[in-house]
Amino acid sequence: MERRLTLPIDEAQARELRVGDILYLTGEIFTARDEAHLTMLEAKEKGESLPFDPGAMALFHCGPVVRAAGDGWEVIAAGPTTSVRMEIFEDRFLDAFAPRIVIGKGGMGDRTQAGLEKVGSVYAHYTGGAGALAAGRIERVKDVHWLDELGMPEAAWIFAVKEFGPLLVTMDSAGGNLYRELEPKIAENLKTIAARIDAA
Amino acid sequence: MNSETVKSAIVEALRAASTVLPTDVVAALKAARSKETSELGAAQLDAILENVTIAREGSIPMCQDTGLQTFFVEAGVASPFLGQIRDSIAAAVVEATAAIPLRPNTVDPFTGANPGDNSGRFMPFINWEIVDGDEIRITVLPKGGGSENMSTVKMLPPGVGLKGIQKAVVEHIASCGGKPCPPTIVGVGIGGGADIALKLGKKAVLREIGSAHPNPQVAAFERELLELINATGVGPMGVGGETTSLAVHVEYAHRHPASLPLGILVQCWADRRARVVVAADGTATIVGTSEVIA
Repeated sequence: MERRLTLPIDEAQARELRVGDILYLTGEIFTARDEAHLTMLEAKEKGESLPFDPGAMALFHCGPVVRAAGDGWEVIAAGPTTSVRMEIFEDRFLDAFAPRIVIGKGGMGDRTQAGLEKVGSVYAHYTGGAGALAAGRIERVKDVHWLDELGMPEAAWIFAVKEFGPLLVTMDSAGGNLYRELEPKIAENLKTIAARIDAA
Repeated sequence: MNSETVKSAIVEALRAASTVLPTDVVAALKAARSKETSELGAAQLDAILENVTIAREGSIPMCQDTGLQTFFVEAGVASPFLGQIRDSIAAAVVEATAAIPLRPNTVDPFTGANPGDNSGRFMPFINWEIVDGDEIRITVLPKGGGSENMSTVKMLPPGVGLKGIQKAVVEHIASCGGKPCPPTIVGVGIGGGADIALKLGKKAVLREIGSAHPNPQVAAFERELLELINATGVGPMGVGGETTSLAVHVEYAHRHPASLPLGILVQCWADRRARVVVAADGTATIVGTSEVIA
């Protein structure tokens, strides 16, 4: 079902979300790719506080194109990056910060699925390459962290968004997983295709 | 004609490629949308088409991964401007990075340093081909990392034959799932050596969607392979559906008797390309599949 959510949402709200739901988000989201994940996890381990509250925002796997404009920033294009690169630490990240919605493309693996179920969060797929569409739903850049250390694509950008979507929930906290549902169907199709090739 | 003319034309070609999806790709995406039976798959195609419109109307990059700027130059031996092309391309990429803007995407593998302007060792990469005539045709292919990461070469035993090639391609594309941002364009390079097969595959990607290979046997092979790939059900963005690939383009070279090299080049739906033709009289015009910008 289609859901228009205003962030932050709590664990109970996140646990109601199911695979197949289409989300449009209004509120604050932050970007984090490989380097920002590591930086934030290191801060947590050292007991340092973060300059923003990731639990109150959605996490967006994204390395945007951003341009300085006046005193602030203008987002040119900001589609999702391939999420599975973050598989090696996303479960720890969920444990540490509990963002209720993780946005990316291509899906994630078993460790993240377990993390979502434990913490009570969902993974939502955003159409890959839709960088211009996404930029149009970002109202403004509220802040940026670790820009000098990590560079434009890897920094943590805080975006104020309105009706950010469509986001398709593909992994939920109740064990729902669109990719796991599709795998056996595709495997079956591949057998049929191989037989077709042999028979030709 | 001066080098500034060529540089400016290349900057505009980069802008066209990054912001305006060629008409043949848009037509293929619309055709895929009209026959999509999966609700989730259809929603992905709707988002892609809306994104393409926003990018074109706003003259902004359609994807935040503006790619590695990869050039194919067909250099007419009788052109008086051969000596200027390399420098013009290099200068155009730097200028376009700031002007469009493009994401700085060149990273030194040893130091991690990013010069910030898409320049670097061997970058932008130029594939040269010497051809007859007095024209220079410069094609730019800004290629994203997500789809390039899914490209591969396989050295097949020749005994598996053409059927073995079909199976290998279908299995590979199915295993990619949503990662290369389907619906994709698949360039299949066959023969030559490992490097040649990959290069042929990348060159095949440049062909217009809907065009058939001039060899009828190869054209039939392309059609069959596309149908087989789309029978996997991977679908737009890997969420399931009718269209996993928009086109399969094959290019081939004769092979060694002991080798059957297979290069699989995966291009995302954002099949961005544009071409500049430098005529012998010094005029530089943007032509080809991005004529939609006119």
